[in-house]
Amino acid sequence: MEIRILAPTGALGAGFSRAGLAAAVELAPHVIACDAGSTDSGPAALGSGTPKLSDAAVRRDLEALLLARDHLDVPLIIGSCGTAGRDDGVDRVAGLAREIAAAHGLRFRLARIHSDQDSARIAALHRAGGLRPLAAAPAVSEEDILDSHIVAMMGVEPIQAALADGAQVVLAGRASDTALFAAVPHALGADPGLTWHAAKTIECGAACAIPPGADGLFVHLRDDHFTVSTTTGERRLTPRSVAAHTLYENADPFLVTEPGGVLDTRDARYEAVSDTSVRVSGARFRPTGYTVKLEGAALAGYQTIAVGGIRDRVVIEALPELIPLADKYFAARIADLFPALDPAVVDISFRTYGTGAVLGVHELPGLAPPPEVGVLITVTAPAQHLAHDIATFVAHAAAHLPIPRYDGLVSTIAYPHSPPETDRGPAYRFTLNHTIAPATPTEPFRTYLENV
Amino acid sequence: MSSARLLDLCSLVRSKNAGPFELTFDFVCHDEAGYRELRDSGLLTPELFANLFALNEDKVGFHAHDTALAIKVTIPRPTVQGALDDADCYGGQQYALVLDALDRERS
Repeated sequence: MEIRILAPTGALGAGFSRAGLAAAVELAPHVIACDAGSTDSGPAALGSGTPKLSDAAVRRDLEALLLARDHLDVPLIIGSCGTAGRDDGVDRVAGLAREIAAAHGLRFRLARIHSDQDSARIAALHRAGGLRPLAAAPAVSEEDILDSHIVAMMGVEPIQAALADGAQVVLAGRASDTALFAAVPHALGADPGLTWHAAKTIECGAACAIPPGADGLFVHLRDDHFTVSTTTGERRLTPRSVAAHTLYENADPFLVTEPGGVLDTRDARYEAVSDTSVRVSGARFRPTGYTVKLEGAALAGYQTIAVGGIRDRVVIEALPELIPLADKYFAARIADLFPALDPAVVDISFRTYGTGAVLGVHELPGLAPPPEVGVLITVTAPAQHLAHDIATFVAHAAAHLPIPRYDGLVSTIAYPHSPPETDRGPAYRFTLNHTIAPATPTEPFRTYLENV
Repeated sequence: MSSARLLDLCSLVRSKNAGPFELTFDFVCHDEAGYRELRDSGLLTPELFANLFALNEDKVGFHAHDTALAIKVTIPRPTVQGALDDADCYGGQQYALVLDALDRERS
């Protein structure tokens, strides 16, 4: 048996070389699959529904892939549409697909698979003890769950069901990256260890190539091994670069947990076939009870920021005393201007870049004094107008704090903008990173089929 | 071993989110000899990461990957990704603490 799989790029909208796609299409893949999401850029996409990448960037990639799919007449599977894999993200990508189809006269059967979860139902499951926290997930309250936008991460089964119903283009909500590539070989009965290892290897596209980048990888999956190859001669693969991809964004380099089991690559072997191709064998898949991961994000508040810099060494030296002084003044001013507001719901943060802002409390003591300090003031409050109003006096007062060495008033922060404040809109926080055990692998998901 | 030696041995040093609640560090070496030197130096240990990030040692996951020529360390994220007190949403600059700490321990 040989199953050929094309991963055209690491993320839909990240781009890829058109020549590389054309070369890969010549190899006649049985399926084209691509991930479109991640939690790596933070909770905003899941909380707000605004994708990380622009429609223009997604349209460019989707158009090339829909044309390639039409030419080959094979399934195109895209997962975690709209970055977070929310229902509105799936529908947004579906809208782009319909526009592209109309422009090029393409016809296909489209499946949209929704993965949003009803927060009241998840809260009830939580009360009944049906949620299990994943590694390092903080405790979650029922209120957090009710406030959250929640998605469930699908495995191969909802995708396989859509394909069995005749879907030629599958736009999935939140999905395990590897499931997108594993769905077709898994349904055809390929070796599960090789299938999941091949899927894990190509899920970020050419991220494991040298040089890494937004481009494709191609897999030939056979009975006792798979080969993985770059789609352009400008990128190379080595046994080490392929093996090292099991490290990427993963807590354990040998064990990768999927909804239905664990991929174990401890006995995997990697051999060079050529400069652009590596042969891999030996991984095993151990089935476990079926669990589905939930991700949730809730509103944290509304933010206004101000950015500036400090250059005078007298002011820089005084900062450790000035900031607590400022905090005290701000608390008094908030109480004066907004007597009905609970001060605990307002967060005023000063990040002073150059004095340990990036590592925070873990910064090593004795950092050399910098010649210049960058200042980021962030105000978070329950409403945008509150964040803005508070930021206006915070930005002003922070730049006019009394310096013990100077008699008169000095402007201590250089602001490049007028006004210095910028409203950032809503800010979100991650709440859930838990698993549930669904009645069936398809039960948490809803599939809608249409002819485009 | 100084951070300069570590950077000589490694073709890649990075930190990265492993989901919103864990942070993972990769030290990937150029070649087999460099990997053995780093692995056997006892430089990168669960104890070092526990000290730097104020954790119990049993919270530190530690892996030596002989095929990838890499040492991998995973810890609970110092702050939850994207939380108000998180200054590094991608977790991408946290390895700098490890490099600086190597030189600090020697002096």
